[in-house]
Parts: sequence; C-alpha cells; structure tokens
Amino acid sequence: MQEQTTTQWGADGALEVLTFDLQEETFALEAIMVREILDLLPETIVPGAPSLVGSVVNFRGKIIPIADLRLAFGMPAAEATVDSRIVVIELETESEALQLGIRTDKVHEVATLMRDNSEPAPAVGLRWRRDYVRELVRTQDGVIVLPDLATIFRTFLGAGDAAALSTVH
Amino acid sequence: MIGQDPIAAFRVEAGELLEQIEQGLLDLGHRLDDRDLVDAVFRGLHTLKGSGAMFGFDALANFTHHCETAFDRVRKGLAPATQELVAVILSAQDHMRALVDGDGKGLEATGDAILARLQAAIDGAAGTPVAAVAEAPAQGWRLFFRLPPEAMANGSNPLMLLDELRELGECKIVARTDAIPPLTDLVPVECHIGWDVELRGDISRDDIDDVFIFVMDDMELKIEALAPEPAVETVSLPVAANDAPPPAEANPASGRPAAKAGESVRVPAERLDELMDRVGELVIVQSRLSQLAHGSAVGSEMALRSISEEIERLASELRDTMMVLRMVPVATLFGRFRRLVHDLARDTGKTIDLVTEGEATEVDKTVMERLADPMVHLIRNSCDHGLETPEERIAAGKPASGQVRLSAHQQGGEVVITIRDDGRGIDRERVRAKAEAQGLIQPGQVLADQELLQMIFHPGFSTAAAVTNLSGRGVGMDVVKRTIESLRGAIDIKSAPGEGSTVTLRIPLTLAIIDGLLVRVGEGRYVIPLAAVEECIELSLEDDLRSRGRSFITLRERLVPFLRLREMFETGTRPDPHQKIVVIATGAERVGLVVDQIIGSHQTVIKSMSALHRDVTTFAGATILGDGGVALILDVVQLVTLGQHQEERLRAAG
Repeated sequence: MQEQTTTQWGADGALEVLTFDLQEETFALEAIMVREILDLLPETIVPGAPSLVGSVVNFRGKIIPIADLRLAFGMPAAEATVDSRIVVIELETESEALQLGIRTDKVHEVATLMRDNSEPAPAVGLRWRRDYVRELVRTQDGVIVLPDLATIFRTFLGAGDAAALSTVH
Repeated sequence: MIGQDPIAAFRVEAGELLEQIEQGLLDLGHRLDDRDLVDAVFRGLHTLKGSGAMFGFDALANFTHHCETAFDRVRKGLAPATQELVAVILSAQDHMRALVDGDGKGLEATGDAILARLQAAIDGAAGTPVAAVAEAPAQGWRLFFRLPPEAMANGSNPLMLLDELRELGECKIVARTDAIPPLTDLVPVECHIGWDVELRGDISRDDIDDVFIFVMDDMELKIEALAPEPAVETVSLPVAANDAPPPAEANPASGRPAAKAGESVRVPAERLDELMDRVGELVIVQSRLSQLAHGSAVGSEMALRSISEEIERLASELRDTMMVLRMVPVATLFGRFRRLVHDLARDTGKTIDLVTEGEATEVDKTVMERLADPMVHLIRNSCDHGLETPEERIAAGKPASGQVRLSAHQQGGEVVITIRDDGRGIDRERVRAKAEAQGLIQPGQVLADQELLQMIFHPGFSTAAAVTNLSGRGVGMDVVKRTIESLRGAIDIKSAPGEGSTVTLRIPLTLAIIDGLLVRVGEGRYVIPLAAVEECIELSLEDDLRSRGRSFITLRERLVPFLRLREMFETGTRPDPHQKIVVIATGAERVGLVVDQIIGSHQTVIKSMSALHRDVTTFAGATILGDGGVALILDVVQLVTLGQHQEERLRAAG
C-alpha cells in the first residue's frame, strides 16, 4: 500500500512532461495528466482544510481544490507573480476522476525526459521527504523533480483511492 | 422535437396511461363502488386501445380491447367491480406494459391466460343480481345532454351530434330551454340549450358514447335505458377542464401522488423558461461574436475578452439550469410502491394501508433511481416481517389493518426518507440468537440495543424463521446498507417491540438544489441552508462585549448559544461593526451563528467537494455564485458539533 509510485516510461525510454517552477526548483508532471493551464483564479479558502489543499476554485463550474506543492517540499508560501499559473491535472482514482489545480510560479514547456538520465531520489542530500520524490531527471538546464502525487495526497484520500492513484503514473 | 420517433412517443404516453390505470385500479381496490374511478380506468384503457391501434401495436390494442369491454360492463353496471376483477386487470395491465415495451412475440400464451381469468372474473360476477337485471338487450335509451356554454366557441356543433344520434335509430329529440338566460343576459354565441332524446332500437351504449366521444369530458350527459328494463343507470360526467383528466382529479380527497412518467422527466415550465433565457442570451452573445469576427479590428481584443467571459458564464449557468431539470419529486418514487404494497397485502393476506407524506420533496433523478431497490427491500421487510396478520393485530389491541408510512423531507443538506410500520417491531431475542448462531457475537455478550439492531445489516443475516417468497433470504439489509452508503447516505433503524419499526434513510443532496442564505464571514462567502434558518437578528454591541465569557443571547425568554464563525474559520479579519446572528435549528436545539454580513437568499446548486476535502465535514458542498466565485455550503449539524469540540478544547486549555 505504501509503495512508491513507479514512473511509466514509454517504450523508447522517453516521457512527455510539462515542466514548471516552484521557487528555484523545476518540477515535471506527465503531460497526459494535464488538462489545462490557467491564470490565477479567485480562490476560496476552505476553513479547516489542510493548508496543502487549503482552497478551492471554480473551474468551469466544477469546484476543484488548489494544491500548493511548495508546502509539501518545505518551501515557504509565496505571493503570486505575473508568471504564476494554475496547472489543472486529472488523477484517476478508484471512484472518480479527481481534478486538481496545482499552483506554480512559472510554467515552462512540454518536454521529453529520458529514462537514461533519471535517478531515484538519493538517500542523503535531500531536504524533502524522500517518498514525495519519484525520480530526479538530469537535463542540460539542471535537475527536474518528478513529484509523487499519490504519496503526497495519500493522507487526504482513502487508502484504496491512493493505491489506484499510484498505478496510473 | 419534430423528428421524434412516434413509436417512442407512444411508448412514453402508454407508460403514463398505464401508470394512471394502475393508480386508478389500486384506488378502486379500496373503493369498489367509486364510479369516478371506474370511469377513469375505463377512459385510460380506451385511450390506450385507441392510440395503440393508431401506432400499429395491434396485439396491444386487441388485448386492451378485451379488458376495456370487461370494464365497460362494470361501468354500465352490468357487472359489479370485484377484487378479482381489479386483480385480473392489474395483471392484464402488466401484460400490456410488456406488449408496449416488446413486439408482442411469445406473449400470446400469457395474454390468453389473463383473458381466461378475466372472463372467469366477469362471469363469476355476472351471477349477482346487478348483472342479471341488466343482461337483457336494451330496447332503447333515454338521454339528456347539455353542452358547456363555450362549446360552440370550441368548435363543437350540437346539430351534428343530433344528426349522428338520428342515424343510430328512431329518434325523438326535444330541446330543453329552461337554462336559457333572459334576453338581456344572453350571449348569442353561447350554447344554453339541452336536449332530451329518446332513442329506440337495438342500440348499444357504446354507439351513443361514440357520438359524444369528443365532447364527453366537458358535457353533462345522462343516459337511461328505456323500459321494460327497470335498471337505471346514470353516468354523469362532471365538468373537468382538461381533455383527459388523470384519475387523480377524480378524487381529490384521497391525497394522491402527482402524475408520473416513465423514462421521461416532467419539468416545471418555469425551469424551462430559465433555460430558454440562458439560450436566448447565448444567441445574443453569438451574434456579437460574429459581428466582431467581421468587423474592424479596433479594440477587438477587449471585446473578444468580454464575449469570452460572457460565454463562460452562460455555459456554466446553462449547466446549472440543466442540473435543476434533473430534480424530480419523490412522488415518482413513492407512487411505485403502491402497487408493491397492494401485491404484498394480497400475498400475505394482511390488510396494509400505505400512507405517504412529503411527496413534493425533490431528489436528483439518478439518486431516486438508485433508491428504488433498497426501498423495495425495506417496504417488503415492513410488510412481511413487521406487520402482523389481522388476527394477531386485533389480539394485540391494534386496528386490524397495518400501516406503512413513507415520508420524505429535506433537512439541512439531506433528504430524509423514513419507512415506518406499526407492526410487531424487531424481535431482539431472535436477532441475538441468530447473531450468536452465526458467530457474530459471543453468547451472552452485552450489547447496546442499537448495536444489536445493527446486526441485521450483516451480510446473510435474516431473522425470518421461514424463507418466504417475499423476504427472509437474508439478501436484503446488507445490500440496502451498501447502496445507501454508496450514495454517501446513512441508514438508521429504530424499533419498539409491539409498536413497530422505523427505518430512516439520509441521503445527501449531492446534486440537489437548496434555498440558502448567503452570508459573509471575513472575506469568505458561505451558504446556510435556508431550511435550517429560523431567524436573523443583530448582535448588539452590548451582547458582543458581554459574551466574551459566555456566548449566549436571550431570545424570547430562551437562551440561545452562539458560535462566532469568524473565530471558527480563523479568518484573521476584524469583525464588522454590525455583526448578525443567524439562528439555526438543529433538531430540537437552536444555535446562533455570528456572521459579518447577511447578503441575501440564494438558490444553490450543491456541488460536491473534492475527494481531497472529504475530511472537512463542516461543509456539505460548495456552490458557484453569480460572479463566478465559490461559496461553501455549511453543514450546520457538523458545524455545531465542531463548535462544541473547539469550545471543549478551549476550556481544557484555559
């Protein structure tokens, strides 16, 4: 149940991702999960909700939570900038398709990562919870982090949902 | 829709007719001598036959014809309405439904069997005096008819009716002029003349009815058979505005459910108007857009953006309006159970009254469909296990007929449906014995009463000593519970020995619409379900200051505790100078919620919260406001519970 999500690399060892920035780090999520990239929307704070998913927005008539991954990676919450965007992704869970907005500081591009350049999170030298990181991928511009969303959101979902989540990646 | 498949349209219509017939028959089962019901059922059968033949459902038309003929005899008093007849026609009605849905192949045998039973029922009844007298062919008829005053304006021509009567046989017509008003009051286009007609010859009652078939519903018509027959029959058709009054109107006193539809959904016209408005706006925006596309480029970017926003708003409003269309009153659900209870009463030999309440409560169509099966189980349980036989009931000092009461109402963000019977209640000893036998509990284990009752939700659990056709196979309650839980609802059971059991289903209104009170707390906007709101008052400065130590106000000689939502939600804002208290009722308790501002009432389409917020129980859902913003909907029961916890923590800390 608690095993880490494995990345589903393509047959040719490639993976299409959308890369984005949180503070000075570059993260990437499978492009196939991404539904839309939005300008910041007026958010509604949900009192009593964990700060990681502390607010909701109206996304085309659907109420979707906004996740601030910065908090999962120990970064301080930051003010929005002109480059800030919300990346709407869809995760398949057992019972439903879970839509979720991820607050980012800047969205870069759709890039292709190669499996040969990727490594699991090292045991030392990492400020973050290791199980939140699926893989680190080296590129010319630096290291890209593939976060493990299933593990990050596991506490908020039923165990069954989270297990189903980890199989889609 | 012009291109609609006429066959499909007929199926919908036939479905509605069959429901009408069924409801009429069920009522007739209770009041065998109610002529209005007999007429209503007959009209239903007649229309079904007619439109069936028109759309090529010949098997249906033929079959229905036999039933209609049989019923016609009842209508004319040639045979009395009997329980057997009602039962046969009910099963015939099921057969008709099969004929409507299918192509009629392989159903002939069933149909013939039913017709044979029908014949038997009619023949059995024919032995009674009523029929014996009327059996001889009529020598003729004396009739009196009067058309409604506006008949000519509606296109009826009395002269043609008279001509048609003349064609039937020897005919003597006398005009009755007693109802003609004085000349000063006379409106020349109104028809005030009535006619006495004597028809002689071998004319069947049907022939006469056929003459009046198009005006029958509104007119006054008396038909008597001529001597030598002493049997006098009067069919008076009270004025009814509709061209085909549903049986419900035939007896307004019986408090019946509203009319139902099969797969079609009946939509209140105002909701359609709303949808129409949105579509109208959409058309306007569309024309603006095409203008922009063909026009000059000056300032077009701004205009485009505004159009895009407009369309976005419209699209979301359209969807909201659509969702409202999905809401159906629970009457559609409850109506189905009348037949069930009727059949159960027949099969068990018990007398069962079904009472329904709160049928106007609205539930999403999908939720309703998924509720049907669990409710069938529960009602069966009540009728089969719960209610006693008439003898046992009388011995226990209760009225002979048992009662099953279905009620529905909205409470906060939930629809509460209860199924209550006044039967023997759940036998604790048997539940315990069974649970012990199945190893669910240890022998002698001490259990709270509620825990013991919860045992019946265990898979494979059944307390029925004998498995009957109806229930007792132990496949019921656990499935019921699972289904209710899959709707994110809850099931609760209460039972008093000798007094009956009550099963309460609470179904959240995931898609439902509620009226809410929109309030502002700090910078957030929230909706409080209006059903829970008792009143709104201002929190006086005095009360505000004094209540640092105790959060109470005195309201009409009663203390009402209040919760400051600003503090509970940790808004971190300064309170408004004039805070308001919204007094809500949760069960018997009244609690005040302190808010910064009351914005107004708001019709709310509840949207469910994301799975990531499942643990935040304070909110029943969220809704989208006119400006596109999101307001959270308070779950008042949970909120008050949470408030208690917070206060306890504060007290513990302080």
